[in-house]
Amino acid sequence: MTGSPAIETHDLRKVFGEKTAVNGLTLRVERGEVFGFLGPNGAEKTTSIKMLLGLTAPTSGNAFLLGEPLGVRSALVRVGFLPEHFRFQEWLTAAEFLELHGQLYGMGGPDLKSRIGGLLERVGLAGFRNAQLHTFSKGMLQRIGLAQALLNRPLLVCLDEPTSGLDPVGRRLVRDIIHELRRDGTSVFLNSHLLSEIEVTCDRVAFLRHGEVVRLLELSEMTAGQTSVTIRARGFSAAVLVELGQWSSQPLVEGETITLGRVSEAALPEITRCLVAHGVDVYSITPKHVSLEEIFVETVGQDGGL
Amino acid sequence: MKKILILARMTFREALRRRIVLTGLLLGLCFLVLFSLGFHYIIDQVGAAASPEVDPAGKAMSRIADIEGQNALMLAGLYAVTFLSVAMAALLGADTLAGEIGSGTIQTIVTKPIRRSDVVLGKWLGFAVLLALYFGLMAGGVVASVWLQTGYAAHNLPLGLALIYLESLLIMSISLAGSSAFSALATGGLVFGLYGLAFIGGWIEQIGAILQNATAVKVGIIASLIIPSETLWRRAAFEMQTPMAGVLGGMSPFGATSVPSPLMIAYAGLYLLVTLALAVNTFSKRDL
Repeated sequence: MTGSPAIETHDLRKVFGEKTAVNGLTLRVERGEVFGFLGPNGAEKTTSIKMLLGLTAPTSGNAFLLGEPLGVRSALVRVGFLPEHFRFQEWLTAAEFLELHGQLYGMGGPDLKSRIGGLLERVGLAGFRNAQLHTFSKGMLQRIGLAQALLNRPLLVCLDEPTSGLDPVGRRLVRDIIHELRRDGTSVFLNSHLLSEIEVTCDRVAFLRHGEVVRLLELSEMTAGQTSVTIRARGFSAAVLVELGQWSSQPLVEGETITLGRVSEAALPEITRCLVAHGVDVYSITPKHVSLEEIFVETVGQDGGL
Repeated sequence: MKKILILARMTFREALRRRIVLTGLLLGLCFLVLFSLGFHYIIDQVGAAASPEVDPAGKAMSRIADIEGQNALMLAGLYAVTFLSVAMAALLGADTLAGEIGSGTIQTIVTKPIRRSDVVLGKWLGFAVLLALYFGLMAGGVVASVWLQTGYAAHNLPLGLALIYLESLLIMSISLAGSSAFSALATGGLVFGLYGLAFIGGWIEQIGAILQNATAVKVGIIASLIIPSETLWRRAAFEMQTPMAGVLGGMSPFGATSVPSPLMIAYAGLYLLVTLALAVNTFSKRDL
């Protein structure tokens, strides 16, 4: 089923008693895609991931993982998962921990041995192979958890806040590993609060609010010359503002300052010409890169969806 | 099956690494030393007090009294071992699923291509092996101590010990089932509560049997149906005690007057299987 999407969900719902946690989640993550799953606290991102991985049963709706319906164990052979609260069997050594999880994937023999060695090296824990996990720091646990999620050479990796315990070096490591995964054609489903991380790693993002996807965004679109523009000018009329509306839907005026929400960088000369043609005195035009954070706030609202 | 064995080995290794077994064994060793010393001094005292009999009838009587005493002391020792094994079984089972669900370590396990039942059965098997070793060493220690000091060995020992082992498996299964639904603390409370119920029920049945009060015996049987743990001990004691103790020794928890039927033992076995199935079912359906 290589042609099937990595993740496909249709109207997935989860109700806890009176509370609807996830309200009709419909998503499609393609093979080889790095997909960001964003939303404020309480948007039920983790509940959604748990449903995908069979930890929590959906109340209704259906979903497919690598083409297999939820609950089919064979799909999990090629899925890796790093949970949000990375708590592991701390009485095991790093190598034993990976061995156990490899065996649960059905791996064994020299293949597993070499895989363990390679992964310990990759996550920077080669020197701690025989140290018990209870001696590990939070960041080291997150690293070993990541190695665990990659043991089976997965086709899909679900990472729930993979950088929450990591320092900048650790975060860069995760970023590099995600890039490697993408290069190898692995799909990555990434839930993170660190929008700057998402911005540099993801192909697409979904914004979740109250367990519903409220927006899907191609990050390449976002970064392809989208800017916000601040214009300081005098002598502009209402007619000018209406004309500016063709580039940006809501020009915001505060005294001498006009702010245009997201406009294409290519439109800047035209905007300048338009202003000059209308006899407006232009003092400065400042383009500003639109960050994912701005889009996030714009999408989920200042209250964070609370 | 392979996954069950992997998880059983993990469970076994966890108990070793977390020093659960070591603590149990150290305390068990203290118990065995205490038992052996106590047994030694009591037997010594009884031997010294008995006047040397010359006629054959007196010698035979003295020999019977010795055996009765040795048997009663051995059963008392085994009763203590039973309690320790049951406590070990309850504690092992109570924290295992609840603890892993609470801490979240279960999440990377059940998202592997395994059945949820593999987790429960693997843990059960790991604990079963552990309990076999623990109980084997402790009960073996008591039996060996008596035998080394006096040359006495009770009859039907293997059957008796197997029944006590079954009791610890039963308690461990109940504990595992509780742990699949409740917290470790609630499970511990539940299991010890049930064990207490069975203990009191057993006493009521024993006393009822001596007083020939059919109602009291029925109350005891109902308690055994609710939880047939004490029942297994009493059948084990019946198998291992001397015939005379069965007649005389009713007022002791270490013997059996009202003897549980083989049907009741079969019921206990079935109870264990149903409890294990319940543990699998609850754990398989629950959100983690």
